[in-house]
Amino acid sequence: MSDDLLSMTAHALGAAVAAGRVRAVDAVDKSLARARELDGGDAPLNCFLTLADPAAHDEAIRMDGGHVDADAPRPLAGVPVAIKDNIATHTLPTSCGSRILHGYVSPYEATAVRLLRAAGAIVMGKANMDEFAMGSSTENSAYGPTRNPIDPSRVPGGSSGGSAAAVAAGITSIALGSETGGSVRQPAAFCGVVGVKPTYGRVSRYGLVAFASSLDQVGVFGRTVDDAALAFQVIAAHDPRDATSATAPVDDYRVGDGDLTGLVVGKPAEYFPESLDPAVRDRSERALDALRSRGATIRDVSMPHTELAIPVYYIVAPAEASSNLARFDGVRYGLRVPQPQLRDMYEATRSQGFGPEVTRRILLGTYVLSAGYYDAYYRQAQRVRSLIAADFANVFSSGVDVLFTPTTPTPAFPFGAKSDPYEMYLSDIFTVTANLAGVPAMSLPIGRVDGLPVGGQILAPHFGEAAMFRVAYALESVLGAEAHR
Amino acid sequence: MAVNEREVRRIAELARLGIEDARVPMLVDELNRILEHMDVLSKVDTGRLAPVEGMGAGAMPLRHDAGPPIPLARTREEFAPELRDGFFTVPRLATHGDPDGGMESGA
Repeated sequence: MSDDLLSMTAHALGAAVAAGRVRAVDAVDKSLARARELDGGDAPLNCFLTLADPAAHDEAIRMDGGHVDADAPRPLAGVPVAIKDNIATHTLPTSCGSRILHGYVSPYEATAVRLLRAAGAIVMGKANMDEFAMGSSTENSAYGPTRNPIDPSRVPGGSSGGSAAAVAAGITSIALGSETGGSVRQPAAFCGVVGVKPTYGRVSRYGLVAFASSLDQVGVFGRTVDDAALAFQVIAAHDPRDATSATAPVDDYRVGDGDLTGLVVGKPAEYFPESLDPAVRDRSERALDALRSRGATIRDVSMPHTELAIPVYYIVAPAEASSNLARFDGVRYGLRVPQPQLRDMYEATRSQGFGPEVTRRILLGTYVLSAGYYDAYYRQAQRVRSLIAADFANVFSSGVDVLFTPTTPTPAFPFGAKSDPYEMYLSDIFTVTANLAGVPAMSLPIGRVDGLPVGGQILAPHFGEAAMFRVAYALESVLGAEAHR
Repeated sequence: MAVNEREVRRIAELARLGIEDARVPMLVDELNRILEHMDVLSKVDTGRLAPVEGMGAGAMPLRHDAGPPIPLARTREEFAPELRDGFFTVPRLATHGDPDGGMESGA
């Protein structure tokens, strides 16, 4: 029975625990044991920076004993969940994968975590990540890289690599990550799971440690489309604690009868360039055929400013990061490297606390915001960003309901394969556009190449998550086992 | 546009980052290799475009100038690096003199 618990969907497990057919403590203990097993040994996956052991076990015991509000709906009752380490939890440390926040425990909890707990989920650990979410491989964590459970010689993607790997390895069925330029979708694609980036404002950023505030969103991972939709349904809500939280009504995301008749799916030429890995192209075309088979019409479209997205992103995101990360100076949080004078303390703390990629991006961001360069770089990037947003607005106002693209140009790459920073940045080429435009997007498995997962991306208009999930349900249903081979 | 060593040192100072001298040439090289990819943006005609300010279809709805209380699970004494008498303790500012002034005198 207990082995089955790890393979149960979050939906099935939540229903079984709520009905008293399964004990929450059995599910949580099994999840913790698998995390310890896979994060130990000679080739640890290193999914987790902290395990809630024994706190998660104790919480599950309380739930089984009926010491919770039994009248409240608990669709995730007893479901173990992994939380990316840049999302605040008041019971576990929140280090952001950085030395500068080593051991830091937030005095408050992120809204997304609070909502998951209210739905019955049990936080079983904090997942590894690229330091301050800056990276595409989880190689930038101060606490060592996470390995891809499908092929441990390869990266899991990033920056939410620990969360994606935990779901792919069967430790949890759902996890929280965060998105700034593809940090949920890209690792979801590399690890063969489902990853969702919400419309900007759909999920509260309260308690998400800020990297680039105009791009950041909390996202979800699931082993199945339905589990991702279920977790997303729980955390999608207006939050008065987040000034950028949207007041738009929350739709029902868990609907999809598989029929896509009348739906128009755009296929943007810029996401299928000549240089695209032929096998990735093949799997993407097969996915488009699957959508056709359910009645969708595929329409060729153009989004001509796509090639400018990476340069825009790598100006805007570091600029915002250089401002947001100024707060980590040894005064209020985490690490302090004592020096006799205040300014020396700032510099020593930040230099010893931040790793190379964070340092690089802070320098880049400070440069593009500095006098004499602001107009040429930052202001120009924000203007070009409006062209990228207009590409989406134009295509969605022309009768296209959703877009379909590959999530990444290639499957997961080996450790150390991308030593040049800009080459690493190009890993995000198909994902950063959604963040720049603020539209929702998700990745789901559409097949494998030499055993490595390939992800397909669905993008929708602002607050169009219901249509996005509808397509994802249909695609998952048609591809079936083919999505994982 | 390209940065040089003097500029990288200036940026590091602005960002309150102490960079070892040996690392500066490498950072110059890395930043310039990144910045050369940004030059493509200067070729885009954006004369009539407004920069993006604020995000999302709903933008930022106005709200009362008072948020709900922050649900703190513990006091700030438990997460600040150092506190004294309820204040966050830091070294003295260099401009205040006192070369020996450490944490004790700077609250």
